[in-house]
Amino acid sequence: MIGWKDIPPGMVLLEAGSALKFKTGSWRAFKPRWIEENCIQCLLCWLYCPDNAVKVKDGKRQDFDFDYCKGCGICAMECPGKKGNKAIVMEEEVK
Amino acid sequence: MTKVVAVTGNEAVANAFRQIEPDVCAAYPITPQTELMQRFAAFVSNGQVKTEMILVESEHSAMSACVGAAAAGGRVATATSSQGLALMWEILFIASGLRLPIVMPVVNRALSAPINIHCDHSDAMGARDSGWIQLWSENAQEAYDNTIQAFRIAEHMDIRLPVMVCYDGFIISHSIERIEYLDDEVVKKFVGEYKPLYPLLDVDNPKSYGPLILTDLYHEVRKAHSEVYKKVPKVVVDVAKEFKKISGRSYGLFESYRLDDAEIGIVILNSAAGTTKDVIDEYRERGIKVGLLKPRLFRPFPYEEVGNALKNLKAVCVLDRADAFGGSFGPLYLDIAASLCNFKEKPVLINRIYGLGGRDYMPEHAQGVIDELIEIAKTGKVKVLKEYIGVRE
Repeated sequence: MIGWKDIPPGMVLLEAGSALKFKTGSWRAFKPRWIEENCIQCLLCWLYCPDNAVKVKDGKRQDFDFDYCKGCGICAMECPGKKGNKAIVMEEEVK
Repeated sequence: MTKVVAVTGNEAVANAFRQIEPDVCAAYPITPQTELMQRFAAFVSNGQVKTEMILVESEHSAMSACVGAAAAGGRVATATSSQGLALMWEILFIASGLRLPIVMPVVNRALSAPINIHCDHSDAMGARDSGWIQLWSENAQEAYDNTIQAFRIAEHMDIRLPVMVCYDGFIISHSIERIEYLDDEVVKKFVGEYKPLYPLLDVDNPKSYGPLILTDLYHEVRKAHSEVYKKVPKVVVDVAKEFKKISGRSYGLFESYRLDDAEIGIVILNSAAGTTKDVIDEYRERGIKVGLLKPRLFRPFPYEEVGNALKNLKAVCVLDRADAFGGSFGPLYLDIAASLCNFKEKPVLINRIYGLGGRDYMPEHAQGVIDELIEIAKTGKVKVLKEYIGVRE
């Protein structure tokens, strides 16, 4: 832990991307579950996720990064699914 | 060569703004500040300065725009009065917490309700713990001089804090006085080029302003912030010394008037100090040892220096142009009392509230206070600690 003498003037953070250091996926009430067979790889979930919790590799959707998922449910809402079957569903978080 | 002119206080401060030429100036008109920004806006429109004027829809927005522009890396100014300052309240703390050196003349005016456009100090006193440095000015000359020095104080690398320059609404803002203007080049050289500390527009060095700080670090952040204020009095004195070289006019943390050998004294801010000095001269001619202390740097309050200047007196009256409703005493009294409370020998203190909402402060008010102090010094007895003066029964 740093003391008061280490505080920069105005508490201005002098680095970029420091939000990555703080895992924000610990207070979820609901978590999204990805159903791969219903996924059409439209990447709307990646586009809409406010927390960069949808991982994409080589243009393909991977599973969620739950360290940063707050369980907001936007991805599940936006998911068009395949023939009416959603590829993301929200389920109650079980600890 | 200095130029002697006859101008209003607002005109003088607008001229200081013109000479300094801030990068950004957010403005919202409020009586009695309006004339200041109106005159400065004319300088912008006439092309005399390249300042970016931001015409906002409220004082809350004016201060928000100033915070944004200052964080971006600009030299920034605005001005306000009364309800306008009250509306800025939330953002005042952000400006000081982020250490943004914004300069803001506050043309002192009463707070509502009832609505009153005239002078008292309740506006600036309401913001006295917002972390802004406060310089107070007796007349238009001091308002002009303090505005120029405010930029140097605010922008000093040890400090980086916003500064309010207070002067009395209408009494100073709209009365025409004799002023000595410094040359444009002299002022420009004095304030110098602005060096931002952590400009957001420096895109090669990304940074974040205003992070979320919870229980883990907020206490430490506030301690660090509180420490900065200890450095302010020295910088204020240093800047004043340099200012004397270009102007011949001396400034300190406060003004002492015939205080050295005084037995009784008055503490009073801004324009009423002038009237009080005249009355003190009359009493001095009659052999009565009375003096005056006029605070200039009111925030941070230089309590050690003020306490030392007053501790040997027998009786002191602190005159407040603002009340503290539901509190004990007027705001200036509280700081004076706190400055003296740890001295073994100290004067008897009384508190008088005067001049609210533009009520004239007359020589007879100062006479009444001095007569009362003479009596207290003789008997040691105080009839009433806090009372309004110049009020009808």
